[in-house]
Amino acid sequence: MAAISRDDVAHLAKLARIDMSNAELDHLAQEMSVILDAVARVQEVAGSDVPPTSHPIPVNNVVREDVVLPSLSQEDSLSGAPAQAEGRFKVPQILGEE
Amino acid sequence: MALNYDQAVAKYDPTLGLEVHVELNTNSKMFCGCSTEFGAEPNTQTCPVCLGLPGALPVVNGKAIESSILIGLALNCSIAPFSRFARKNYFYPDMPKNFQTSQYDEPICVNGYLDVEIETEDGPKQFRVEIERVHMEEDTGKSLHVGGATGRIHGAEYSLLDYNRAGIPLVEIVTKIVGGTGKYAPEVARAYVTELRDILRSLGVSDVKMEQGSMRCDVNLSLAPIGSGSLGTRSETKNVNSLRSVERAVIGEVIRQANRLEAGERIVQETRHFLEESGQTRPGRSKEQAEDYRYFPEPDLVPVVPDSAWIEELRATLPEKPSNRRKRLQIEWSVPDKEMSSLVNAGLLDVVEETIKLGAEPTRARSWWLGEISRLANEREVDPTSLITPGQVAVVISLIESGELTDKLARQVVEGVVAGEGTPADVITKRGLKVVSDDGALMTAIEAAIAAQPDTALRVRGGNIPAAGALIGAVMKATGGQADAAKVRELLLKHLGQGE
Repeated sequence: MAAISRDDVAHLAKLARIDMSNAELDHLAQEMSVILDAVARVQEVAGSDVPPTSHPIPVNNVVREDVVLPSLSQEDSLSGAPAQAEGRFKVPQILGEE
Repeated sequence: MALNYDQAVAKYDPTLGLEVHVELNTNSKMFCGCSTEFGAEPNTQTCPVCLGLPGALPVVNGKAIESSILIGLALNCSIAPFSRFARKNYFYPDMPKNFQTSQYDEPICVNGYLDVEIETEDGPKQFRVEIERVHMEEDTGKSLHVGGATGRIHGAEYSLLDYNRAGIPLVEIVTKIVGGTGKYAPEVARAYVTELRDILRSLGVSDVKMEQGSMRCDVNLSLAPIGSGSLGTRSETKNVNSLRSVERAVIGEVIRQANRLEAGERIVQETRHFLEESGQTRPGRSKEQAEDYRYFPEPDLVPVVPDSAWIEELRATLPEKPSNRRKRLQIEWSVPDKEMSSLVNAGLLDVVEETIKLGAEPTRARSWWLGEISRLANEREVDPTSLITPGQVAVVISLIESGELTDKLARQVVEGVVAGEGTPADVITKRGLKVVSDDGALMTAIEAAIAAQPDTALRVRGGNIPAAGALIGAVMKATGGQADAAKVRELLLKHLGQGE
């Protein structure tokens, strides 16, 4: 049983800026534990001869030439923004962080 | 009684840690082909990749990897045979992706060092600053906080974001703990950042302009009672954007922390901001709660596995170490220590060397760059090297040496070149700046001066040589300052029977 506590979930919720009720925290702690248990079973299968991987394809060193390519226009860049001003993305004030 | 700096370091031992961020000078961004050129209209150098639009895939700029390896090699680091990118997740709109692509536990370069020299009461002393890591990441966008009184976040109603800078290749160079500096911590910090800047400049990988933000320094500092053998709680001072500020930030934090400790208060682990005007710091974000960036390997980028033959090729291209170069040039040019530091601090070493290579005499080359040209640059608040080329300075100096220009005329020529009137030759022609060395023309002016001041002339004839000054002055005035004063003197004295 992978242990994920209610506090762990509360911490993650805070990091993700998601306001959650106590009932939701309890519920998610249980659900996430089940998910982690399922994933943990992979470790039982993978022996010491299987290296940890972060990428499905064994490829290294894919690089790009240092060449400038056309960018989007300012209008196109901002076209998906909920709000804009002075050619910039307009976002709500950010509190307590710099 | 508040402790001053000397009293503070008499009781407490400072420990430093320095993090330097350097924007690389690649043409395109770290993970996309958007231009990195400074000063464009907001959000005109952005694309689906650096805006973090769904489905967009990053590809690493090969030149940025090369530059990072060069930096690591120049700092005596080991180059990691296998290195990966990671996502640093945080909630702040300066990255539209909501994470910064960085490196975490697998940086490209590790375990290096940089030796720096500082002046102590016992003469020059060398300190070894150990390097923990050099890693690759990307710069963030620029925020404009609107509605707050000071442009700061607190009180702002909303923020405006320009993502042109988001994704510009950034290299972070992190030192290990620097201890054992004692009271010289400010000097060591400054010497380290200075030497690092010079190395990066010599590698040609960055513009390293601290004032413009292409090189930025964060200063970590903690104090512990002398002899305690322990480490205190550290503060991290950001926004330190000049070499002088690095030194001042260390001094300011030593004093602040020592006085807190004296008063029995504890040091809060926090980010502080350096205030350029006062040299003090103000509190920013508290780091009491350990940061949690939920780093994880970047799934959209593949690992960097540099070929060892390539690393050796790059190692072979490393330029002469700036400290060695400075010592060599100082001897070659026989420059006093103080003037040498002025040249280095003003960033004029390259242009002076170039000017001398083009045939100028070293002393003249130095004094023109440090003197007149720097003065004109200060007036305009620009870099001296942007005003005139080493070739043009060499031409002006050669014209002084051949007697075709006086120092005074040469200043006018330089001023003309700086004002955009063309090459030195163009300025000389346009302004008619030629030394009048034609004996006939000079004699006419001399005779006129004698006729105007017959009494003075008589005194000179009688052996009162200093009296000739008034006559020489009159000739210089009559020729609009273009006469060669030494020549005028020679001709005049000869004419009045006082020449050899």
